[in-house]
Amino acid sequence: MKIVVCMKQVPAGTKVDIDPETGAMKRMSGDTRTNPYDLFALETALALREKTGGTVTVLTMGPPQAETMMKDAYAMGADDAVILSDRKFAGADVLATSYALSQAIHVLGGADLIICGRQTTDGDTAQVGPAIAEHMHIPHAAWVAEILDADDKSIRVRQDLVSVSQVSEIPYPCLITVDKDICVPRLPSYLLKKKTAGRQVRIMSFADMPDQDLSRYGLVGSPTSVERMFAPPEIEKQVYLEGDAEQKTEQLFEILTKKKII
Amino acid sequence: MEFLKFNAEKCILCGLCVEKCPFNALHIEGDGIVVGDTCRMCGLCVRHCPEKAIRFEQRASTVDKSKWNDFLIYVEQERGEIHPVAFELIGEARKMASKVNFKVNCVMVGGAGTAENARKLLEYGVDHVYVYEHEGFEGFRADCYADAVADCIAATRPSSVLIGATALGRSLAPRLSTRFHTGLTADCTTLDIKPNTDMVQIRPAFGGNIMAQIAITRSRPQFATVRYRVMDRAQRVKSPAGEVVLCPVNDAMSVSRIKILSSTVIERQKSLEEEDILVVAGRGVRTEKDVEMCRELADALGGQLAFTRPMVESGYGDTAHQIGLSGRTVRPKLIITCGVSGAIQFTSCMTGSECIVAINNDPEAQIFKVAHYCIVDDLYQVVPKLTALVQNRKED
Repeated sequence: MKIVVCMKQVPAGTKVDIDPETGAMKRMSGDTRTNPYDLFALETALALREKTGGTVTVLTMGPPQAETMMKDAYAMGADDAVILSDRKFAGADVLATSYALSQAIHVLGGADLIICGRQTTDGDTAQVGPAIAEHMHIPHAAWVAEILDADDKSIRVRQDLVSVSQVSEIPYPCLITVDKDICVPRLPSYLLKKKTAGRQVRIMSFADMPDQDLSRYGLVGSPTSVERMFAPPEIEKQVYLEGDAEQKTEQLFEILTKKKII
Repeated sequence: MEFLKFNAEKCILCGLCVEKCPFNALHIEGDGIVVGDTCRMCGLCVRHCPEKAIRFEQRASTVDKSKWNDFLIYVEQERGEIHPVAFELIGEARKMASKVNFKVNCVMVGGAGTAENARKLLEYGVDHVYVYEHEGFEGFRADCYADAVADCIAATRPSSVLIGATALGRSLAPRLSTRFHTGLTADCTTLDIKPNTDMVQIRPAFGGNIMAQIAITRSRPQFATVRYRVMDRAQRVKSPAGEVVLCPVNDAMSVSRIKILSSTVIERQKSLEEEDILVVAGRGVRTEKDVEMCRELADALGGQLAFTRPMVESGYGDTAHQIGLSGRTVRPKLIITCGVSGAIQFTSCMTGSECIVAINNDPEAQIFKVAHYCIVDDLYQVVPKLTALVQNRKED
């Protein structure tokens, strides 16, 4: 079984620079970390490989510095790592990002199972996974809460929709996005880290894409554009309660009681 | 139509797509395949082509906006009931539609009872409700639901498609926007429309304290997902004039590659969204015992305790009780935040609350920008005191 896990390096903190001209995010600055949701995706893949055999390839799109994240993935047990990196991919939205990733998966010779995290902590859209599935014309199940079974033909998953828990069987090739709490991600192993120290992280660029139509990638291939960024509006009527802690609390209690809120 | 693209180099003219097309939309002409007007974007040809020579295509730069009109709202059903986010989407769409003289239409996909639910939408002033009812649509599967909604989009050519940002909606929307090669803006908190029918889509963005205004200027339809309880619910109209349109569903459209084995109702208590009073523990609450202190306040007030993302990540609570972009959006009557810093991912999901109280010892905390009542003080003094006051009142 061939599993591809899509991952992303995200800003570690909440401070992000925005390019004032294009309104696009500049990812080069600041500390980064692996999107925490993607660790659940990678762990799910590694656990499945232990059960069914096969390989786990991690794939990301981003600047070459994503190599740190990929090395960590090796130390967790990934077999192969590919970074999709090219200035032509920069500024991509959901459509262009998912297209480039789907093209890269074709270059990798396809996959039986593609696993994505539920969402990233920077974009927070939760849309790239299902969009990859649509580009590849394969079925998907989003926000999978549990893997019940898997063999060489299909996977059985449980999804918790708002008030219904649904168990379904999906034949390969397919894509799933996994929810937080589906498993406990293992820590990078020191032994594996030493063993894989010399293993290369492959870089793929626009030149490697089967579809050489530039208008499908990056900022140009993105139908959404950021028109402006602005600070959220502050509300007008605010009351700062004065006095010591006790007095403030008493005032609050009086206000809430008087307004029949409590 | 411009939707399907045939790669002439790959096509071996086997005719399988012509044979499989349920709408008789494909014909072999000369040495190529021609797509007729009856194409409904079901995607069967793409799926069946042995040479992978067919794909969906719509060039982003060439759309004629005047050919894409009206709003289309995807109405989700949950255990046979209309998900209430639909009424909020209708309310928002009607406001925008009146500015550009658009209609507000809905689309529903589901098993038995869907058409009956569709009629309930008419009294909220929608023009058409397109219904795809078939036993094959019992239970949500993203692939066949996307086929049905794509059929509706291809037939009605809406300018904008609004979808609730529920687990189901966030699974469906990206498949559709990708199929039509157009833009999707997730989790919009404000929507408006320009005279040229471009939507003004505003959503909290990227970590920082920033709102992003996003536009889809070159392609149609424009897709947006909107969270439950962010927009105002539509009002009923006095004389509903809309109609329910039953759309033909062929067996092929309702066939999914995903097989549902079982579906069980999750027994649960009142969800966070339904709660009138919430107390939120943020990072200023440092230990398990302190979390209990906040829970006591919530209990005394007859509400629930909720958490911020860092608290959930530290294991103090579960995601069902998390407020924020990766958790829930709430609009309670009263929300008391204890030791919450107020990052935009949190505040954007609770500023609709009627009364916001913030307790934090850091006067610079972002939470004070959105709070109605600000207490810059030690929560370890304020919270127990407030709990005691509330409890004593009850004893009086």
